[in-house]
Amino acid sequence: MTRRLGPELAMALVLIAAPFVLPHLGFSFDLLQRILDWGIIGLGFDLLFGATGLLSFGQAAFYGTGGFVSAYLLTAHIVGSVWLALAIGTVAAGVFGLLVGWLAVRRIGIYFTMITLAFGQMAFFLENSPLAGLTGGENGLPGVPVPSLAGHKLTAGEPLYWALAIIFLAGFVLARRILHSPFGTVLRAIKQNTARAGMTGQSVPAYKLAVFVIAALYAGLAGGLLGVLQSYMPPDAFMLDTSGQLVVQTVIGGVGTLIGPLVGATIWLWLRDNLQLIPHLGALWKLVLGLIFIALVVVLKRGIAGEVAFLVSRRRAHAAGEGVPEEGGEAAVMPVKAPALALHAPFAVTGPDVPALRAISLSKFYGGLHAVEGVSFDVRRGSIHAVIGPNGAGKSTLFKMLKDEIPPTAGQVELFGSRITGLGPTRTAQLGVGKSNQLNQLFLDMTAEENVRIAALARARGTFRTDLWRRANSLPEVELQVRAAIETVGLTHRAQVPAHVLPYGEKRRLEIGIALATGPNVLLLDEPLAGMSPAERVATRALVREIARTRTLVIVEHDMDAIFELAERITVLYEGRLLAEGTPEEIQRNQAVQDAYLGGMHEEGMQGEGVHA
Amino acid sequence: MPSAPLLLSQAFNGLALGTLLALVSSGLTIILGTLGVLNFAHGALFMLGAYAMYVVATATGSYVLAVVVGVALERGLVRLFYARPHEDQILVTFGAGIVFTEIARAIFGGNALTVPTPSWGQGIVHLGFLFYPTYRLQLIGIIAALLIALYLVLYRTSIGLVVRAGIEDARMVGILGINVRRAFLAVFVIGVVTAGVSGMLYAPIISVEPDMGSNFLVQAFVVIVIGGLGSFPGAVVGGIVAGEIIALTSAFNAAYSDVMLYAVMALLLVLRPQGLFGSEGRV
Repeated sequence: MTRRLGPELAMALVLIAAPFVLPHLGFSFDLLQRILDWGIIGLGFDLLFGATGLLSFGQAAFYGTGGFVSAYLLTAHIVGSVWLALAIGTVAAGVFGLLVGWLAVRRIGIYFTMITLAFGQMAFFLENSPLAGLTGGENGLPGVPVPSLAGHKLTAGEPLYWALAIIFLAGFVLARRILHSPFGTVLRAIKQNTARAGMTGQSVPAYKLAVFVIAALYAGLAGGLLGVLQSYMPPDAFMLDTSGQLVVQTVIGGVGTLIGPLVGATIWLWLRDNLQLIPHLGALWKLVLGLIFIALVVVLKRGIAGEVAFLVSRRRAHAAGEGVPEEGGEAAVMPVKAPALALHAPFAVTGPDVPALRAISLSKFYGGLHAVEGVSFDVRRGSIHAVIGPNGAGKSTLFKMLKDEIPPTAGQVELFGSRITGLGPTRTAQLGVGKSNQLNQLFLDMTAEENVRIAALARARGTFRTDLWRRANSLPEVELQVRAAIETVGLTHRAQVPAHVLPYGEKRRLEIGIALATGPNVLLLDEPLAGMSPAERVATRALVREIARTRTLVIVEHDMDAIFELAERITVLYEGRLLAEGTPEEIQRNQAVQDAYLGGMHEEGMQGEGVHA
Repeated sequence: MPSAPLLLSQAFNGLALGTLLALVSSGLTIILGTLGVLNFAHGALFMLGAYAMYVVATATGSYVLAVVVGVALERGLVRLFYARPHEDQILVTFGAGIVFTEIARAIFGGNALTVPTPSWGQGIVHLGFLFYPTYRLQLIGIIAALLIALYLVLYRTSIGLVVRAGIEDARMVGILGINVRRAFLAVFVIGVVTAGVSGMLYAPIISVEPDMGSNFLVQAFVVIVIGGLGSFPGAVVGGIVAGEIIALTSAFNAAYSDVMLYAVMALLLVLRPQGLFGSEGRV
């Protein structure tokens, strides 16, 4: 990834050209200003919805808050400087965003949307009646002054357009930096696969709250500017329609493109101004836009800017794809010697006889179903420990409890002698428990390298950090880690390929690569060989042995050949209970294990033998 | 402190509004709970119901409009989105809501219209301790009857069973030889009809205008958050709770009535995020 400023330069050129070209197409300066204002609130909204996948229907709350705080400070002559008032309004919106976000990000999907919508309405009613003394209620606040720059008043029309254009450009540059920062990488990961982002050690709620506040800040600034450019702060800013219009404009323009809201606003406002001029059609402009909106949601899911970006990226991927070898035979899957990972989890300082991982009478009941019941075992430091058992024995449930993905009904797990049960998958990842899942949990629209980087970033940066300005690939330690993990799982030649394009076997290895990149001391592998071809199995077995040289491994697997070859100790589960534990030799000779695996067949066999004898 | 008669009459107003919100919200929550779709067009459908009542009152209109719109919406649009993410469902129903609102505006204009109270609902009843408009009292009874009917259809008939099974595994129910898609359609239409009927019943009490639905939509959201997403009893109790919050707060300070509703919702989200009757996990 080289440092490309193409989009920023293109945006600057468009903003410079717009006032010379667009007035000929029916755009007044007033219209251009309002489009830019929608574009600014849209930048924050697209980081929230487009990048992180959080659909808010309450952005009007922050738009209105920023607007009315700025307008009140100016019209009540509390603050003389328009710029200062705008800054205070923006911060006020951010504080309100922190409050609403704190409640909203605890919930996902529909709940999140409804909570934001309800708070948007609450803000509207607050403005309208209880605070009417300050805000003018239904009348709004007239007489908002325009800002001055170096002694010159930026009057409505061209001067104010340039001011807004510069502010929008600055907001655009910042939003792009955020999107391509480590912080933004985590946001995109949350959209792609929230659960996995948390499993790698990223604090999902903290990131969601942070981006919610960022979106509120953008909205607050846009709200303040609305009052300035109209010399009047209208109460409509708080209305549900404002939030709705923002969503519609973003979808029409293209979700996740940052410029989508600007493009959508251009179309929406231009159509509104110009359709209204057509006799008999005037009142129908919103109906036309509603139909266009539905058509876009149903047919062109990417929106206008989104389709353009998609075509460009597809052509680029096509050009890049020609140099990439397709998965070529067995040579390609043979792993190299695992390079050391740059970033390790902090190793607990304990005596050598303290086990790496200890399960103490773990139980998990689902109603009357006893998935796991009273299972205890120790995993010796530096060993490969296998958990086997017939289907439905409770292996995957046990594994989820080892990483605290699900809380046990009873019992606990200790990592190097300290209890980790109750900490949740994010904290356990930070403490050095990595896990690859039975079913792939990838960030499908991100490249293989980015998939691994998300995990490496969690190790390097901890659960949460707001490094908004830094490039995602500019942390040398993280990049060493990414390269090491990618090389270990043999995907170096596929690093730039989106995960959803990879064939199954490579997806499977990427799944392990993500777990490895968290730099775990204890790595849990849930059926790493599942669905692999014989050649891939051989390679992955070698890979597992290689990984185990430097860390403790716990592995669930159905491939008995692999287990007996790799494992030092084996724990056997049967119907949720511990059936046996021992070395591979002991397990192979164990009568109870043989009975469990052969089931009823064995009994019949014994009788048959008896008859023959 | 407001006087006792005022509080009492506000409590009655709260009940009238509350039962109405219960009916609107139950349609929303049925669709959400069984089909997993948050219907953003619900407020607009309420508005269409009110306009249908206006047409009925001014000419000889048709009650089947709500059914027709419901079938068209499910077959034409929502059906395509059952398997898509919630965000897409929200966007498409939101778009449908805009279109319905604008169609109403195009036909009836943007001005508020009034629907006269039906002849059987005129006058005032003396309850002994309070004078109360007859129609509002009748409204409470009618809605209560409708809610009971709705409950019986959903929980005491085979269609309710099919729908609930279909949510778990639509393919499996299909393999058993049951037409799940028809059951889904039925649920959607029932949900839409509740919105439409609510609009019809409420039309004589408020002014009918194209944008009237959005406020009810948001209040219905609050109701189902309070009651628990997808819970029918939750929608009923939540509706009455919400109606009383709005009405009783008005008795003290009308300016805070809506604000108080959202404040209670916020409090509930902190203390009991799954709502009064909801369970964690689903939706």
